[in-house]
Amino acid sequence: MHKEFLMGNEAIALGALSAGVNLVAGYPGTPSTEVLQTIAKRNPGNVYVEWSVNEKAGLEVAAGAAYAGARSLVTMKQVGLNVASDPLMSLEYIGVKGGMVVLVADDPGPISSQTEQDTRTFGMFSKVPVFDPVSVRDAYEMIQEAFDFSEKYGTPVILRATTRIDHGYEALEVKDPEEYRKHEIEGFVKDSSRWVIFPRLSVKNHALIEERNEKLKEILSGYPRNRVIEADQKDCRKGIASHGANFQYVRDVAESREARLLCIATPFPFPEGLALSFLEGLDEVLCVEELDPVIERALTYVCGKYGLHVKIRGKRTRELPLSGENTPDLVSRAIRDFLGLQPKSQEAGGASRPELLVRPPVLCAGCPHRASFYAVKTAMKGEKTIFCGDIGCYTLGNAKPLDMCDTCLCMGAGIGIAQGVYHMEGDTKCFAFVGDSTFFASALPETINAFYNQAELVLVVLDNSTTAMTGHQPHPGTGRTAMGQEVEKVSIEKLLRAIGLKVVETVDPLDFSRAVETVRRVAGSPGVKAVIFKSPCIAISRPSGSSQVDPEKCTGCKKCIRELGCPALILDGDGKKAKIDAASCTGCTLCEQLCPAGAIFGGRKNDTVQEADHE
Amino acid sequence: MNKNIILCGVGGQGTVLASRLLATAAIGLGLPVLSAETIGMAQRGGSVISHIRIGDEARSPMIAQGTADLIIGFEPGEAVRQLDFLKTSGAVVVSSRPVMPVSALTGGAPYKPDAMLRYLEEYGCRLTVVDAVLAAKELGSDKTLNVVLLGAAAKSGELGFGEEDLERAVRERVPERYQELNLRALSWFT
Repeated sequence: MHKEFLMGNEAIALGALSAGVNLVAGYPGTPSTEVLQTIAKRNPGNVYVEWSVNEKAGLEVAAGAAYAGARSLVTMKQVGLNVASDPLMSLEYIGVKGGMVVLVADDPGPISSQTEQDTRTFGMFSKVPVFDPVSVRDAYEMIQEAFDFSEKYGTPVILRATTRIDHGYEALEVKDPEEYRKHEIEGFVKDSSRWVIFPRLSVKNHALIEERNEKLKEILSGYPRNRVIEADQKDCRKGIASHGANFQYVRDVAESREARLLCIATPFPFPEGLALSFLEGLDEVLCVEELDPVIERALTYVCGKYGLHVKIRGKRTRELPLSGENTPDLVSRAIRDFLGLQPKSQEAGGASRPELLVRPPVLCAGCPHRASFYAVKTAMKGEKTIFCGDIGCYTLGNAKPLDMCDTCLCMGAGIGIAQGVYHMEGDTKCFAFVGDSTFFASALPETINAFYNQAELVLVVLDNSTTAMTGHQPHPGTGRTAMGQEVEKVSIEKLLRAIGLKVVETVDPLDFSRAVETVRRVAGSPGVKAVIFKSPCIAISRPSGSSQVDPEKCTGCKKCIRELGCPALILDGDGKKAKIDAASCTGCTLCEQLCPAGAIFGGRKNDTVQEADHE
Repeated sequence: MNKNIILCGVGGQGTVLASRLLATAAIGLGLPVLSAETIGMAQRGGSVISHIRIGDEARSPMIAQGTADLIIGFEPGEAVRQLDFLKTSGAVVVSSRPVMPVSALTGGAPYKPDAMLRYLEEYGCRLTVVDAVLAAKELGSDKTLNVVLLGAAAKSGELGFGEEDLERAVRERVPERYQELNLRALSWFT
């Protein structure tokens, strides 16, 4: 054992390695990404690791390994589970031989996601047991227990954490590599009555799953992480039930010792027996939960089932919000109200606070996506258009002044939406923007669909040679794998041509006039056609010279600032002329090409892609 | 010792590394540490915040309002944004250098950093203002603001540990080729 200060996701990764995991697959997505990244970095050498093309592929690879008797882990964020839901729903009916953990990172808030879905509810729907850790340390130990549990009961298991655990840090004792469990792999044993999901097998296994989950309610009542903490006073009539990161918020409120506490570590199957003993003698219970009222519903159900007169309060009684992330303050207020204590007095600050600007995230200085959006915007000026966006850094193209993202739904959806709009209003020039990693993850069926069904649209692939938003993971277009192998790249252009697209043009977006001309030419062609804007992300290509403004020549028209919204373009001291922040400028030269006075010079772009620096 | 520290700034300013250096220094002294970081979309120039809790009182890494001993603000407006976390007798160490939001330059509401600094002065906290422009000029680098601010926080006595503990953390965490620069940055504020 040794001590390390670890991010929750790193702790989960080391927990999986300690449990002898043999195969790990996943698709990047905040707040889950660092789990797989850490496994790749700390691989003792005998673990197969891959960044899969998407979550569905990752889950299937992990299932195959578990069929062979290996221990496998697949990692994703909550919306990634939607993509992987098809294999997971069926896999629960088939079961696994080796332990298999599905790590899903939920994002209350949401801070970096489209939805606030609660994976505890997904567990209930898919009938897959769910583990919900309260801290980084808990997560480290829990994933090891989850592997044992999965193997023992032959079911995949979801380990579900939230941002404050995934991206929380704690110093903890972890095993040395020599102490890692060695998991022997039996190999796949042919048995079509076990591994082939025909309706007859489904109906049999469905009944078995329901029976098993009923039994697990009792078994999990004895799982030590599901626990009751008695109140300081013996005659206590009030209880607080909580889970995950919120359980620690509850415990940080000193007054919560006046109530009996229930921690739910396995929201599904719900530990009914433990809940019964918790409810014994109580008049009312406050459920402190984030996202769905899972525990609140379960306790209400238990009261109904056993005829208990305990008032269950929480989200449905509006004592906690129905959506959004809970904070320690919000939890503290709800507990004080529940216990009938005075609210803590809020001291007012001094003078009235000056107005604070919201600071939305923006495309980085020198980001090639800015040039791509600006080229399409320039080329299509005056035309009736729709710009369908997608998930990635380039969603930030929606911000003013670019204003180049009219829709965004989920990974890969932009193409389908552009197609649907085209079929309803044929005079609109429909554009679908998609990043390189998203293209591989989820754009191929949509592109084939649009092509075959005779749509007219321009597919714009923003190829920056990496998965930028989540921290520069490789994808099939990069020629590098998670294990560091150099492999043959998959060509986006060849894929598009193989589908049948006649017009596919690749252009450097930082070559502004050529980029505009290319967009005009391509948009004028019939059917589904594509522009591939190819230029590396600034985080993987170091700049070789930043631009400067010649104050003599600058006329102060501010066109560069107004039209590009680049964070490196600022105003000089008296606010009259443009100035470039040398520290953030990458020398992309877009502003140089745009300046009507020719006052900007000196930028030089380095296109050599370097290995991403994860630290 | 129990300390609650908020680090706040704009994505890209190096708050995450600063938070790890603080944690490393505290762990070096045998103290329990919990922290929570902003990682994700906000790192592209949005508002970011790190919570660090040192000592054995804390269970959650998240700091409640009115309980932070110290706010280290990498940007004047961002320090003001997080002031509700500060306890009554708390301290603020802040960089004087504003980071202009793109929206303020492209026709959105104007941003007045001087008003932010004035507000901090009048707020009634123990305030240390760090001239980040001068620091960058003298150190010859824009990238060490995070370590300059940690040095200033150590000098102000609000961290509960000293510059030498942070020095150890820099040697442990920062790649060797940047150590000399970061050690100079650590002792820049006097």
